[in-house]
Amino acid sequence: MEPMAGEWTSAAHSMGTTIMAVEYNGGVILGADSRTTTGVYVANRASDKITQLTDNVYLCRSGSAADTQVVSDYVRYFLNQHTIQLGREATVKTAATLVKELAYQNKSFLQAGMIVAGWDKYDGGSVYAVPLGGTLLRLPFATGGSGSSYLYGFLDQAWRPQMSKDEAERFVVKSIALAIARDGASGGVVRTVTVNEHGVERNFFAGDKLPLFHEEIPPGRNSLLA
Amino acid sequence: MAWAKENGGNNKAAELNYVDRSLDGPSHNFSLMPTPSKHTQYPYVTGSSVLGIKYKDGILLASDTAGCYGSTVRYKSVERLKRIGDNTILGASGEISDFQAITNLLDELITEDWMWDDGNKLGPFEIHNYLNRVMYNRRNKFDPLWNSLVLGGIKKGKKYLGMVSMIGVHFQDNHVATGFGNHLARPIFRDEWKEDMTLEEGVKLLEKCLLVLFYRDRSAINKFQMANVTEGGITITEPFALKVNWELEAFRNPTKGAEGSW
Repeated sequence: MEPMAGEWTSAAHSMGTTIMAVEYNGGVILGADSRTTTGVYVANRASDKITQLTDNVYLCRSGSAADTQVVSDYVRYFLNQHTIQLGREATVKTAATLVKELAYQNKSFLQAGMIVAGWDKYDGGSVYAVPLGGTLLRLPFATGGSGSSYLYGFLDQAWRPQMSKDEAERFVVKSIALAIARDGASGGVVRTVTVNEHGVERNFFAGDKLPLFHEEIPPGRNSLLA
Repeated sequence: MAWAKENGGNNKAAELNYVDRSLDGPSHNFSLMPTPSKHTQYPYVTGSSVLGIKYKDGILLASDTAGCYGSTVRYKSVERLKRIGDNTILGASGEISDFQAITNLLDELITEDWMWDDGNKLGPFEIHNYLNRVMYNRRNKFDPLWNSLVLGGIKKGKKYLGMVSMIGVHFQDNHVATGFGNHLARPIFRDEWKEDMTLEEGVKLLEKCLLVLFYRDRSAINKFQMANVTEGGITITEPFALKVNWELEAFRNPTKGAEGSW
C-alpha cells in the first residue's frame, strides 16, 4: 500500500539556490534566486534569500534554510548590540567575522553557505564569502549555492573589476538567470539588493524581465487558439 | 557492566531503557551508556601541497594558491603561507578554515610573547612544540584541525624546518612536503638537495617540484607563492606562474600506432 505522503513532506527545507555578491565602483550588489525546496517540492517560489543584518550590511543565504535563518538572527542581534555600544554603524568586516565565527565553531552542525556584503566608510563596498566549514575570504565577487556550479565558466570569462552600478546589476541578474536555467534547485525571480554610501535599493526581476537563453522561448499565444 | 542499583536491586524496568537499543540510536536526556560523540569532521575548502627546504641562509617554503571545494577549484587566490613573528613562516595544506584558526592562535601567542617585553622572543622550535601540542590534543578529542603544517625559521643562526600533521605526528628535516608533495617532490629533494645551497639553487629546486605538482596533482593550479626566512627577515612573494611545457613530440599524437589507447 503506497504511503499517502511523499518523502518531501518531511524533508528539511533547503535552499537549492543561486546566490552571489559583486563589488562595484562605489558599493556592492547582492543577488539571489527565490526557490526553496523540500526534496523535490518547491515549498516557496518567492523566498527572499537576501537578509538584512544592519542598515549597511546584508547576507545571502544558501544551504539549510533553518540553519541560515538562525545564524542571521544571532548575527543581527549581536550587531544591534555592538552598534549601540560602539556608537557608530558596524563595519562589513565585523559582520562577516561574526558570521564566520558562528559557522566555524558550529561546523559539525551547520550546513550553511553564506555571503556577507555591504558598504562602510572605511573599506567602501566589500564582499566576504563564508563557505561550508567557516573559512572567511574577502573577494571582489562571490557565488554560492547549488546553482553556482553552472557559473564558474561564465564568471571566469565575463567578470571584470571596477564595473559601474548598472553594469554590475545587469551582470548579477544575467548570472542568476543562467544558473536558474540549468539548476533545478534554483528558480523563481531574481532579487537584487544594492548597498552603497547613499543607502539600500531593492530590485525584483521576474518573468519577461529575465533574459532568455538557449532553447528557451518567450511566452506567447497558444497556436491552437488562432 | 554493573548497572546502578535502583528499586532495591530489581533492575528489569530500568534496564529496558538501554538493553537492545543501538549505541547510536536517538539520543535521550539521560542515559547510563551515552551515545558516542561524533566530532570527526570533513574538510570542505582545502589547500594542496606545501614544500619546504633548508638552504645556506635560511628556509624556503612554497605552495600554490588554490582553495579547492572537492574537485572544484573554487578559490584561486588563497594565501597558504603566513609569517609568524619575525623569524618563522608557516605553510598549511588541508582545511582552510582550520588554518585561519591556527593563524589566529599563533597571532595571539606572538602578541602575548611580545607583551612580556622581556628581551626574549619565541623562536621556530618553540612554535613547533606549541603547534604539536595543539594538533595532538585536538586529535585526542577526535576533533582534529584538518591540516598538515610546515614550519620554517631561523633564530640566532640555528636553522629549523619541520612538519606537524593533523594527528600530531611531528618531525624535522632538511626538506619536507605535505600531501602529494610527499610523493612527487620529496624524491626529487632526496636526489638533488644538498647542504648550503644558494638562494637561486633553492628557488630553482622548489620551482622544479612545483611544476611537477601542477602537472600531476589535480588540486594544483599554476599560481604559486614562495616564502623566504633568513636572519635578515621574512619575505613572501607576490603570486607567480611557471612556464609549462607541452612540446613533447609524443604528446602531439599519443595514440599513433595504437588507436583506441591513450
